[in-house]
Amino acid sequence: MKQLHELTIKEVHDGYINGDFNCTDLVKHFLARIERYNPKLNIYLALNEKVLEQAAAIDKEILEKGITRPLLGIPMAIKENFLTIGMPTTASSNILRDYQPQYESTVTQRLLDAGAIFLGKTNMDSFAHGSSTETSDFGPTLNPWNIDKLPGGSSGGSAAAVAAQLATVALGSETAGSIRQPAAWCGVTGLKPTYGRTSRYGCIAMGSSLDSPGPIAKSVEDCALITEVISGQDRKDATTSPSPVEKYSESLNAPDLRGVRIGLVKEYLLPNMSEDVKNLILDAADKLRLLGATVDEISLMDPRYAIGVYTVIQRSEVSSNLARFDGIRFGHDRGVLCEETKRRIMLGTYTLSAGYYDAFYKKAQAVRTKIVNEFQEVFKTYDAVIGAVSPGPALSVGASKNQPMFGEMEDVLVEPSSIAGLTSVGLPCGFVDGLPIGLQITADQLKETTVVKIADCFQRHTNFQLFPDLEKTI
Amino acid sequence: MKATPLIGLEVHVELETKSKMFCGCPADHFGKEPNTQTCPVCLGLPGALPVPNEEAINRCMKIGLALNCHINSVSKFDRKQYFYPDLAKGYQISQYDQPFCSDGFILLDSGKRIGIERVHMEEDTGKLQHVVLDGNKVSLVDYNRSGVPLVEIVSRPDLSSSSEAKEYLKKIHEIVKAIGVSSADMEKGQMRLEPTVNVCLEDEHGTHYTPLAEIKNINSFNFAQAAIDFEVVRQTEEFEKSGVEKSATNKTTRGYDSIKKITFLQRTKEEAKDYRYFPEPDIPPFIIENELIEKLKGELPLLPDQVISKLVEKGIESKYAKILVANPEALAIIEKFQDDKEIDTPKLSSLIANKKIDISGDIKGEYLKATKVGNTNTEELKAVVEEIMAQNPNLVSDYKSGKSNVAGFFVGQAMKRTQGQADPRTLNQLVIELLNS
Repeated sequence: MKQLHELTIKEVHDGYINGDFNCTDLVKHFLARIERYNPKLNIYLALNEKVLEQAAAIDKEILEKGITRPLLGIPMAIKENFLTIGMPTTASSNILRDYQPQYESTVTQRLLDAGAIFLGKTNMDSFAHGSSTETSDFGPTLNPWNIDKLPGGSSGGSAAAVAAQLATVALGSETAGSIRQPAAWCGVTGLKPTYGRTSRYGCIAMGSSLDSPGPIAKSVEDCALITEVISGQDRKDATTSPSPVEKYSESLNAPDLRGVRIGLVKEYLLPNMSEDVKNLILDAADKLRLLGATVDEISLMDPRYAIGVYTVIQRSEVSSNLARFDGIRFGHDRGVLCEETKRRIMLGTYTLSAGYYDAFYKKAQAVRTKIVNEFQEVFKTYDAVIGAVSPGPALSVGASKNQPMFGEMEDVLVEPSSIAGLTSVGLPCGFVDGLPIGLQITADQLKETTVVKIADCFQRHTNFQLFPDLEKTI
Repeated sequence: MKATPLIGLEVHVELETKSKMFCGCPADHFGKEPNTQTCPVCLGLPGALPVPNEEAINRCMKIGLALNCHINSVSKFDRKQYFYPDLAKGYQISQYDQPFCSDGFILLDSGKRIGIERVHMEEDTGKLQHVVLDGNKVSLVDYNRSGVPLVEIVSRPDLSSSSEAKEYLKKIHEIVKAIGVSSADMEKGQMRLEPTVNVCLEDEHGTHYTPLAEIKNINSFNFAQAAIDFEVVRQTEEFEKSGVEKSATNKTTRGYDSIKKITFLQRTKEEAKDYRYFPEPDIPPFIIENELIEKLKGELPLLPDQVISKLVEKGIESKYAKILVANPEALAIIEKFQDDKEIDTPKLSSLIANKKIDISGDIKGEYLKATKVGNTNTEELKAVVEEIMAQNPNLVSDYKSGKSNVAGFFVGQAMKRTQGQADPRTLNQLVIELLNS
């Protein structure tokens, strides 16, 4: 029999309905695990002080009305960049140390409305500037599979929380890779929604034209359930799409993938990628073929061009978005910003300056349009494209030090789809040297149903979604 | 040497919409307790996002239409970045290269056409208060004004005198009020003026242009006029001394001291800000449909100049028509009584314009009193006058011997005997006629 921390959303609800345990039991179980493992892993930066009170209220509701809300009593870990009333929100930066939000972000409000219960806030790269959690002003999170390794980032705390099973599911956010890459390095499943599908209101801005809140979980199924709840137009975010939210959970449990056309992107099998990683991706393609899908090798623009485009656009937006932390309010001055954040502000300020705007920002936007058009062309023929999430498995602690382009190099394979605002699932497809490797399945904007269907079918027919035994790894 | 001023004007108008430009806080901030009308958006809190106020954008386009502008089919917001403690986000959401309206004009009374380069939408900033608290000089920030919708109207440098500038400003002021987008109360800072001035100097050696000076934040038409006049003299003298001409790098920013009546240097171009404009990623671009433009056109009332022509067509003198247009209450009275058969509209207009009628009182009563027409029955009046003449033969002979002012005595007596019912004009004529006969 599974232990409480191993359960998926559905399994938790079954347990509640059968009376095997209640929300208070589950929360206490997680709190005990957090107490035991968090000091070493540094996943949670703050815990919800009212969690037991809230669990008791949920237990009462379940007794009285049963489970009438989709996430009722589901314990969650929330990334530190979502504003949550009652829990500090620092974006892992000293400039917001001890900052208590005055309002609730739209996505966390939707989760609360759906009955979710928040265990605490998870570590991330400072202001999401990084792919390692090493830029966090509160120390890095360690990879639950191997504590000498990094969890990836920027949603490294949320991915590690799921991998270490210190929460049932977690909320993350992705600008370019920040959900899929830590999910890959931690061996869990993450869904990056289409840009504009999930509201950014109350999520501390990084790259405003790219940021997409989304779930990290033990399964595609849980990701679909969470995405269903947090998606949809928000009148507080003018960039959210008005198109109705589909029932992503209805595309789960497809018997096979017959009729699905998939492109395996040749250029995403990078020259410097290890054969082991390449082989896992090719094996995944074969598995998808076995499930009935057509998988053709296709060609796209070299993903390394996306690095330049992404770097210029994101740094430009960062330099502007962080201007509000001007040292007058929020209690701390700009001197406390970390090196990486300062670098990004300076680069972005430069690319937007008079005389450089055309050469950098404008050109980057022009190439961005080319990348968007290229994907649109591909999606005329294919339902989805696949490739590795990351060039290799988790790197060692310290790997990002003195590497200003660390994140960009590690996220090279996910940046094109982020730039184009596409939706994508990252999920485990095998192991190299005992560390998980992630596969990305990417589809056109608002085609969450497509990625959920393919990823779920792949996941149910493979056995890569595994969890480390923390008693051994720590 | 011939000196011709070249003047362009930037006018900021705060719109009186119900809510602010990008959030739901009330836009009416004047005289409110500091920081009582704020929210995460206008305070620039982490994670907060702007959502554009459609009504404000419609009003911006109405101003554009009233100023004969082209409404651009695609428009967008941009971020204008600079640091100032009253700027909550560290950038102002404004419009850079795709404003809602462009290429309009205004006609001065002389018929001169003043080009309008653009009319764009932006947000106002907070307000600093420099006060002494517990013995310390401190600066406090009030964010009630942060995010209030602001329209900027930018003219071309087509104005060539301070009086033209003043006329232009007054016309903008009247138009904005007439179309109901703002009361543009200068004292409340709802309309703020920024002239940019230089001078074209011509003599036998050729033509020279003095360096541009932008004069910031003026809140009265007279100050604007005085500031421009000062600047023209200052620049001409400066040129005569230094010979420095306008270049791409020597524009300066100046302030206006309304007590000393002088402008003073604030910034030179070397210190000028690089605003690092880029498209606001939080707000998607706008596609403006023709149907919307037509709808907004349909909602526009007659503009002041159109109203004046209409009044003139009705026989009202144009000098009175202008006074009426500047006074909506008076204009409403004229409109109210225009179909009243007992009232002559041109007459009523002149009475109101000359303040002969108190417009807060009983208009019709006062009008009738002021224009009362008396007894014009010459036969009846003739009998009265002849009677008086018979009773005063010596005065009649005085008149005939040349003392023409005694006619007044007969008019006065006749008025008295008719208890003021005689029509003065008829009576006057009659008295002269009878005395001369």
